[in-house]
Amino acid sequence: MRIVVVGASLAGVRTVEGLRRRGSDADVVLVGAEPGSAEGVAADRPPLSKAFLADPAVEARPLTDRERLGSLGVELLNGRAVDLDLDRRRVGLHGGESVAFDQLVVATGSSPRSVPELEPRPGVHLLRTAADAAAIRAATAEGNRVVVVGGGFIGAEVAWTLRQLGREVAVVEPLPTLMVRGLGPQLGAEFTRRHAEAGVELHLGAAVAEIEGAERVEAVRLTDGTRLPADVVVLGLGTVPETGWLAGAGLDLRDGVVCDGRLAAAGAEGVWAVGDVARWRHPRVGEDVRVEHWTNAVETAGVVAANLTGTPTVHDAVPYVWTDQHGARLQVFGRVRPQDELRVVVGELGGSFVALTGGDGLLRSVIGFGAVKALMPFRKLLVAGAGWDEALAAA
Amino acid sequence: MRVTVDLGACQGHGVCHMSAPDVFELDETDGHSIVVQDPVPAELEADAQLGADSCPERAITVLA
Repeated sequence: MRIVVVGASLAGVRTVEGLRRRGSDADVVLVGAEPGSAEGVAADRPPLSKAFLADPAVEARPLTDRERLGSLGVELLNGRAVDLDLDRRRVGLHGGESVAFDQLVVATGSSPRSVPELEPRPGVHLLRTAADAAAIRAATAEGNRVVVVGGGFIGAEVAWTLRQLGREVAVVEPLPTLMVRGLGPQLGAEFTRRHAEAGVELHLGAAVAEIEGAERVEAVRLTDGTRLPADVVVLGLGTVPETGWLAGAGLDLRDGVVCDGRLAAAGAEGVWAVGDVARWRHPRVGEDVRVEHWTNAVETAGVVAANLTGTPTVHDAVPYVWTDQHGARLQVFGRVRPQDELRVVVGELGGSFVALTGGDGLLRSVIGFGAVKALMPFRKLLVAGAGWDEALAAA
Repeated sequence: MRVTVDLGACQGHGVCHMSAPDVFELDETDGHSIVVQDPVPAELEADAQLGADSCPERAITVLA
């Protein structure tokens, strides 16, 4: 048995580690192509928009290396997968070589979205890899003006981190509030208010027409004509799943690799997906989801390692994401859906708080800000699948 | 199985507690993880391992 895991970021690395811990004696190959990494292995990403960005003394930590993988009996191949042949059961690599497999785990993650008019050039940065974060850190160390395009979790977090360092920061976001997809309109509005209060210049409901500057960036011009001078531009436009190399292989690719609840890819035998690239019907959420969060990468790796070692397992963990802004930790358990009702059950929105969202009779998410312990009982209710009335009664 | 939490690394995400509430309790004030069953009884070993794997800070060490 030969298991090939393509993608050496969190989900891929944890999959090979999980296989060995579960006693798999298969030949295991990890194929990695992380840009800017000598061995093709990614760094731990959460600090890249947080502590790493704020402090030049903080180093990026690679998730593993050839030596540690070697001690697990895992072969590390530094190479980029370019195609998949399911009939011959081979993954083709850039340069013409190919790798044979019996079982394939797709762990190629996602890449930052880019658009032609915002093409990266000197002074315009994407943020995904440690090399990206190091470039932003170096570029913004001189106390200049930063425009962040995109006000989702990453954009808002980068804006906050750089503002704390004393930079002049502006955020351009097409939606009416920051982080609205992750937090919903009310909590999004609250954290938008906090960003404004901290001196982040906000351009909401606004879109970028072009980035000015021939040799390097000079300004960002919005569609309403506003011109924002910029020394550095950071693009936080979300991500797209890395499935280009799977095109034409016969898998179901609709915004990710479509899988069943065990994370087995639809339309193929012995192909699995983990991390950002996997799309599956989440039993708790009741929708097809693709989750781009740290915890999901770890959990999906655990699920596939279990399924490949004889323990049938379905991925039904409660989604979790956190962000560090405004001097405390914001934690979101579950999924905030735009149509759901929001109730603050501990504290108040202006300070530390716990908020719940509910819809279709169920508790759907628990959100805490600076309230690690206070949200615990509500988290338990969420894990237990509590009804909305039951959750409110517990408040 | 034994488990230990590096309190210097623990950031109070509390994910371990969600995976294994009978092994990891959370500190009342800062949410730091507290091991309440060590050694871990056989029937809780899988949960404890899951809790350790799920720690975003890799603060939990499991010794077989």
